[in-house]
Amino acid sequence: MGGKRKMFIYGGIIGLIGAILMKLGNPGNMGICIACFWRDIAGALGLHRAEVVQYIRPEIIGIIFGAFAISYLTGDFKVKGGSSPLIRFVLGFFLMIGALVFLGCPLRMVLRLANGDLNALVGLAGYVSGIFIGVQFLKKGYTLGKSIDQGKVAGFIFPIFAIVLLIFLVIKPAFILFSTEGPGSMAAPVIISLVLGAIVGIALQRSRICTAGGFRDIILIKDSHFLWGLIGLFVCALVGNLILNFDSFNLGFEGQPVAHTENLWNFLGMTLVGLCSVLLGGCPIRQTVLASQGDTDAGITVIGLIIGAAFAHNFGLASSGAGTTANGRIAVIIGIVFVLAVAYGVILSTTKSKSQTKGVANNG
Amino acid sequence: MANIIDARGRSCPEPVIMTKKEIDKNPNSSFKVLVDTYVAAENITRFVTGKGYNVNVDKNNEEFEINIKK
Repeated sequence: MGGKRKMFIYGGIIGLIGAILMKLGNPGNMGICIACFWRDIAGALGLHRAEVVQYIRPEIIGIIFGAFAISYLTGDFKVKGGSSPLIRFVLGFFLMIGALVFLGCPLRMVLRLANGDLNALVGLAGYVSGIFIGVQFLKKGYTLGKSIDQGKVAGFIFPIFAIVLLIFLVIKPAFILFSTEGPGSMAAPVIISLVLGAIVGIALQRSRICTAGGFRDIILIKDSHFLWGLIGLFVCALVGNLILNFDSFNLGFEGQPVAHTENLWNFLGMTLVGLCSVLLGGCPIRQTVLASQGDTDAGITVIGLIIGAAFAHNFGLASSGAGTTANGRIAVIIGIVFVLAVAYGVILSTTKSKSQTKGVANNG
Repeated sequence: MANIIDARGRSCPEPVIMTKKEIDKNPNSSFKVLVDTYVAAENITRFVTGKGYNVNVDKNNEEFEINIKK
């Protein structure tokens, strides 16, 4: 089977599951959204108090279990880390701010588009712009440095975190918060979400699909391999929606679920997401999958996403269907400037250390 | 002796960029790239195959040695 066809099928499975989960009760155009779902989990853990977005999303637990199990079986599970953890945390943090101003991760952006939401097209333009800027840094030698082997036990922390979340979801202790209204209260049945999440995790792990990688490789090395995964995702989600969710299919900008029509901020929010994703080496779904297969740097990035989500709601940065907030707009600008400064700083220190090494070699 | 590029421990897509830089610099040379993940080995193999190079990947323990020849 050709690589591109394989990618199309893997992406297609994820897109179709997105349509099914929406049909079964997940919020509008949010069959799967890694940013929103981590945000809901942050809320359920009480890290923010936005009462409408608190739920332990079983899809996330399923993705972690699926990616962990299949990587363990295939030998992809490798415990590594130590490559600029604090920078990764900060990039994850600002990535989430951008995503919550737009209202969705890149995966939800594609799923929104596949149900007719054209605001997502504006987001996509922003996302690709952010990736384009990020690629320029890569070409200039941007690197977060080498990761090294870590104790194997570190690789189990993330799957154990998923087990703890599952226990909280099942026994519902009083300190875990569950929305009774709003998007956080809308959910497909737990078992189905868990199983479909696991299938998504397996498909993501095997295919290595990354929404940022798809566009990045086109720009950087003119390779469309990963882009075919995204095309499959879009096409199958579109077909799935037209069959399963035809009443909610709405082509246009207005009246889209959990979305707003502020083009500038949809664009800039996703620019920030694209930029952070390239500088991290992967979008939020890819980070979640890598964290599940022993990459502790990706684990730190996911913690950055969770804390970013908590701040986004505690400080009123996240948008809602009513639109963006002043705080959110300022945070996106700060985020873009800060992330550009960090990337520039990384390049400066890399080139400096390279020339020093050369100097030592010449002197020796 | 063939050039060796050590891309072990580098996160995606740095191993591919390092390979691309070597190809841009010496298009006709043979060289080796060392990586430590399947993904990096797959990405580099796909990239250089697309550029018309012959590739041979040796797996030693947890690492991969990718031999690239025109």
